[in-house]
Amino acid sequence: MNAPPIPEAPRKLRVATVSLAGCFGCHMSLLDIDERLFELIERVEFDRSPLTDIKTVGERGQCDIGLVEGGLCNAENVEVLRAFRAHCTVLVAVGACAITGGLPALRNHLDVGDILQSVYGEVPDDPELPLPLNRVLPIHEVVHIDHALPGCPPPADAFWQLLQDLIAGRTPVPAPGLIRYD
Amino acid sequence: MGDAADIASEAARAAADAVLDRWQRDPLALVQVLRETQAVTHWLPRPLLAHIAAALGLTLAQVEGVAGFYRFFHTRPVGRTRILFSDNITDRMLGSEALLAQLCARLGVAPGEIEAQGRFSVDRCSCTGLCDQGPALLVNHHQVITRLNAARVDALADLLLAGTPVEQWPAAWFDVIDGVQRADVLLSGLAADAPTLPVVLAQPPQALLDAVAQSGLRGRGGAGFPTARKWQACRDAPGPLRCVVCNADEGEPGTFKDRVLLASHADAVFDGMTAAARAVGAQQGFLYLRGEYRYLLPQLEEVLVRRRAQGLLGRDACGVVGFDFDIAIHLGAGAYVCGEESALIESLEGKRGTPRIRPPFPVQAGYLGRPTVVNNVETFCAVAHIARRGGAWWAGIGTAQSTGTKIHSVSGDCARPGLYEYPLGTPIAQILDDCGARDVQAVQVGGPSGACVPASEFNRAIAFEDVPSAGAFMVFDRSRDLFEVARHFARFFAHESCGLCTPCRVGTELVVRRLDKLAHARGAGSASAFDIERLHDLDTVLHSGTHCGLGASACNPLRDTLRHFGEAYAQRATAPQFQPDIDLDAELSSARRATGRSDAGAHLHTDTQA
Repeated sequence: MNAPPIPEAPRKLRVATVSLAGCFGCHMSLLDIDERLFELIERVEFDRSPLTDIKTVGERGQCDIGLVEGGLCNAENVEVLRAFRAHCTVLVAVGACAITGGLPALRNHLDVGDILQSVYGEVPDDPELPLPLNRVLPIHEVVHIDHALPGCPPPADAFWQLLQDLIAGRTPVPAPGLIRYD
Repeated sequence: MGDAADIASEAARAAADAVLDRWQRDPLALVQVLRETQAVTHWLPRPLLAHIAAALGLTLAQVEGVAGFYRFFHTRPVGRTRILFSDNITDRMLGSEALLAQLCARLGVAPGEIEAQGRFSVDRCSCTGLCDQGPALLVNHHQVITRLNAARVDALADLLLAGTPVEQWPAAWFDVIDGVQRADVLLSGLAADAPTLPVVLAQPPQALLDAVAQSGLRGRGGAGFPTARKWQACRDAPGPLRCVVCNADEGEPGTFKDRVLLASHADAVFDGMTAAARAVGAQQGFLYLRGEYRYLLPQLEEVLVRRRAQGLLGRDACGVVGFDFDIAIHLGAGAYVCGEESALIESLEGKRGTPRIRPPFPVQAGYLGRPTVVNNVETFCAVAHIARRGGAWWAGIGTAQSTGTKIHSVSGDCARPGLYEYPLGTPIAQILDDCGARDVQAVQVGGPSGACVPASEFNRAIAFEDVPSAGAFMVFDRSRDLFEVARHFARFFAHESCGLCTPCRVGTELVVRRLDKLAHARGAGSASAFDIERLHDLDTVLHSGTHCGLGASACNPLRDTLRHFGEAYAQRATAPQFQPDIDLDAELSSARRATGRSDAGAHLHTDTQA
């Protein structure tokens, strides 16, 4: 892929990523940009992300970009999403689950209390455990989302296009060939 | 218990068999068969649908697909007497919601539910076309009751609770008046000395076509397509058999002119259809009557019987040798979308009322693939006059581009609601003056899919080249909230979407939710400028991405009120930034119950948006 070279930037952009009620498939797809990772890491540094193991978003400064994979299935997801919104200038919903709720939302027609009863018999009540929401929600229902990157997962080239656009300060518009309906 | 159920289903099957015999087990009559069967059985249980499917040579899936499509078909039990309150905005302005609540309280039922003993159910339906004498309701998809008030509703509750059959209710309740306030040529009727139809049809078909072409008549259903061009295209289309269909599915809320034309000028309408059939060479005619006008059926059938006896229909109709033409009446079953001509044809063929992809247009391939002319009731009525008085006479009325007269169904905030017929080109201000409207804020011209015209534009005229109209004229004075009017219409479109295409099926529902958020009608969050922006986006999607014209116009009230009454929206966008419209703490209720937890971690706050 012959991408145009990215122009010099005054500083590295801070990027945070997270997988909420997702399968990490979107993150795997991001890694599929392969050798372009070297180019990317010249331009960004990662904040909270499965790639860094940093546990709290924004502790080391405001993030420029937040990439959120997965929808909201429990109270902790909501808190993490809110923290991302609070600490990321641009927040992107990445993949089908973040945008629509996706596969995990298939449970939405069942009562989550009944599910817990069926699965556990004696339902654990440890306050350490986040409570599941009645319905799995897409993230735009709870916080303002700036952009969406559709796909299950979005192809690596779509990630690359999005990051290039954001780094260059352009409004990201996915190339038609990178959006697939299947 | 089992025996009783068996006997009941036996009786239901017998009822269906009688109906099936009447329709000669014709699968094209499926909608009619379901309607007439349900009139006896109250609802359509699956085994009964299977029985009907077998008798018609259809699959259960086909029959269930049709039964599930139309609002007036019930695939779940309903009360033995079904009360449906007309839910147009004009009914609401006359207090229909309070009357609905009053009746439900008296009967001890909630809207949409069946009374414990199965005696009755009460719900809402789309506009019944009685806006000038509302609030109105529909009984058993058959009779209508007009001019509801608290006393009438009280008496209705007494009769329902006493189990009095509908036939014994006070006859005055069922009175429907024509309410003609201003008659021009159409509402004045044909002159006593007007030439008879056989005299008119003695001229060659081309002469009829030429007269309609010269008249400049354009369709009165809303789109305004030149009638002569439609007829010529049908006449020129290849094939031995042709159809003429009268679209009497007057479903556009606030429109009730066709009701009056059918009630008092049916002969003119049938004259127009017969002239059209002669002009295009059709053998078969249909009047597609909306289900809400079921009470008009007996008198319309009587007119047809008389016309057959007079030789105006049937073999060598009107004395024209070789002109064999007859008209059948088909009833709709509560689906707004069937007012779209290709959906109407699907319904005539006994199918779900889903609009077809065009081309081919109905004039090329319509009913059973035959070239078909579909015109509005008022168009045919105009043809009856033009065929007698000539095209030049009609062209001399109105404006150059909009010839003739137009009937307006005036309702809402005015002293004298009813029918007003004017030459096209009449300014809105004059109609408002004549109907005694004061302090008017806006007029919804042509119904929800038409245009919302603000006071600053009342000098504009009703004409194809200015403000076109399908016949509705709903008046809103300064006391009305145009945002709530638009929200009401949005609910109407979401309710009536046929469900075929996603932009309309999902889009109309998203519009409702966003407007509900602005109205603070559900959820926990307040609306912001973000929500108004999303409404603009939805408007763009629906105007550009839907399968048919109805979906494309579903956002017209939204678009017009956003443009002219933006303040009504802005004052509701109180939050400085996006807020969720979900009570997130309530979303944890099931898990809290299952775990018995009540600690801080077992709760979420909706308003902790950073």
